[in-house]
Amino acid sequence: MTTRWIRATVAGLAIVALTACGDNGTGSPQAGASSSGVTGTITVFAAASLTESFTQIGKDFEAANPGARVTFNFAGSSALATQINQGAPADVFASASPATMKTVTDAGNGDGTPNTFVKNQLVIAVPKGNPKGITGLADLTKPGVKVALCAEQVPCGAAAKTVLSAAKVSLTPVTLEQDVKAALSKVKLGEVDAALVYRTDAKAASSDVDGIEFPESAGAINNYPIVVLKSAPNKTAARAFVGYVLSSKGVAVLTNAGFQAP
Amino acid sequence: MTRNGTIGGRRRPPIVLLAPAVLALTFLVLPLAGLLVRAPWSSLSQRLTEPAVLTALRLSLQTATIATIVCVLLGVPLAWLLARVDFPGRRVVRALVTVPLVLPPVVGGVALLLVFGRKGLVGSWLYETFGVSLPFTTTGVVVAEAFVAMPFLVIAVEGALRGADTRYEEAAATLGAGRWTAFRRVTLPLVAPGIAAGALLCWARALGEFGATITFAGNFPGRTQTMPLAVYLALEVDLQDAIVLSLILLTVSVAILASLRDRWINTP
Repeated sequence: MTTRWIRATVAGLAIVALTACGDNGTGSPQAGASSSGVTGTITVFAAASLTESFTQIGKDFEAANPGARVTFNFAGSSALATQINQGAPADVFASASPATMKTVTDAGNGDGTPNTFVKNQLVIAVPKGNPKGITGLADLTKPGVKVALCAEQVPCGAAAKTVLSAAKVSLTPVTLEQDVKAALSKVKLGEVDAALVYRTDAKAASSDVDGIEFPESAGAINNYPIVVLKSAPNKTAARAFVGYVLSSKGVAVLTNAGFQAP
Repeated sequence: MTRNGTIGGRRRPPIVLLAPAVLALTFLVLPLAGLLVRAPWSSLSQRLTEPAVLTALRLSLQTATIATIVCVLLGVPLAWLLARVDFPGRRVVRALVTVPLVLPPVVGGVALLLVFGRKGLVGSWLYETFGVSLPFTTTGVVVAEAFVAMPFLVIAVEGALRGADTRYEEAAATLGAGRWTAFRRVTLPLVAPGIAAGALLCWARALGEFGATITFAGNFPGRTQTMPLAVYLALEVDLQDAIVLSLILLTVSVAILASLRDRWINTP
């Protein structure tokens, strides 16, 4: 038993040591290092709605650059912005809203101007099979229809508010959820009859929910900006990763997930 | 009568205990100091009078208090059962009581939805029979808070019961008192300080509840938006707003806890 623990510890330490070597990127050339010279760990802070597509892009990027490793911190954009502005060691920030990105660039933490890499818009998520027969925004105000929206403090809630006021639809939701995934899970669990979520989130949950497009959503298209951070520990690799996201390969993964090219 | 450590405090506490104790206190108080340092004091009073803040604060105090009453009514008998009745599987039951302590509160909220939700095990029956649906209601907030806070009460009261002298109960029994009478007239007064301490702990935990509440009861101002939920959403927009809201919650709860503690529990 004890020897096994010791072995495991030694192996763990070895891994830490290797990772540390990889980080400075200036050590002896590693086996299989790519010709691009992109090495080391890239820490990407990305909006929760990018979880599926960025995980895929990270894998593709690592395959194209064997010396590089991409690690992600997925969370609500605002929480990520707060972490970055409080000094979290990140290389790249991908936000679900320009307003949240602005809090980071205004604090002087961005390296250059952010680039918009995709757009997203709202759909009405309903339980699979659409039991309440919802076809548009107006159906959400019907009596007996329980609706979840995001709180207006988070991007999906701000977008929902814009769409609803532009369409002059006044509805009282049963809850204002803290993020889009929470709103979606209320639909999945059947606790609400509908929720306004991003098209990508509805698509990712397509085994449990249907996404219903509605024309008014064009009034609140959400741009996703990405930027390399000023205090990035691995700036060269960070730039390469952002370049990859903006390339046709990156955009293909994103549009496949339901995003629209900018 | 001389008791150790009470002679004018001349016996100094040993350094091996004092050093970690001071370290522990610093560790617990430092984050609070961080909040105080960063607080925008000028806008504090203006914030306090905002109707939305008062609504959330009132809802928090109400739901935490009702949840505590529920916990006392159900939890004290459970603690008694665990401490005084020898039944098969008691150790398993005791371990089960602590489940809400170990469970991440958000998971607890999902679990509550799976049971009490509109499509849940019990909830679907409630909904179809009585048209009652707990999620997104103030009752739902109380349910979530009671679920998370009850173990604190049960563990505290069970500890008090185990520490209490059972000879008083035995004496009551020999004098002809039934188990219920003995519980009511002897056991309950004996462990009252323990129940009070457990209830305060339970109330404090219910007041700070976030994860299970937002998951099970959702977030709607005036109905299910308690102070911790308001703090979380304020954090999405403005750190300073969130700090102010946290301080209001902290001030109110510490004031209440301190005053009740002195009244209920005789601390020397």
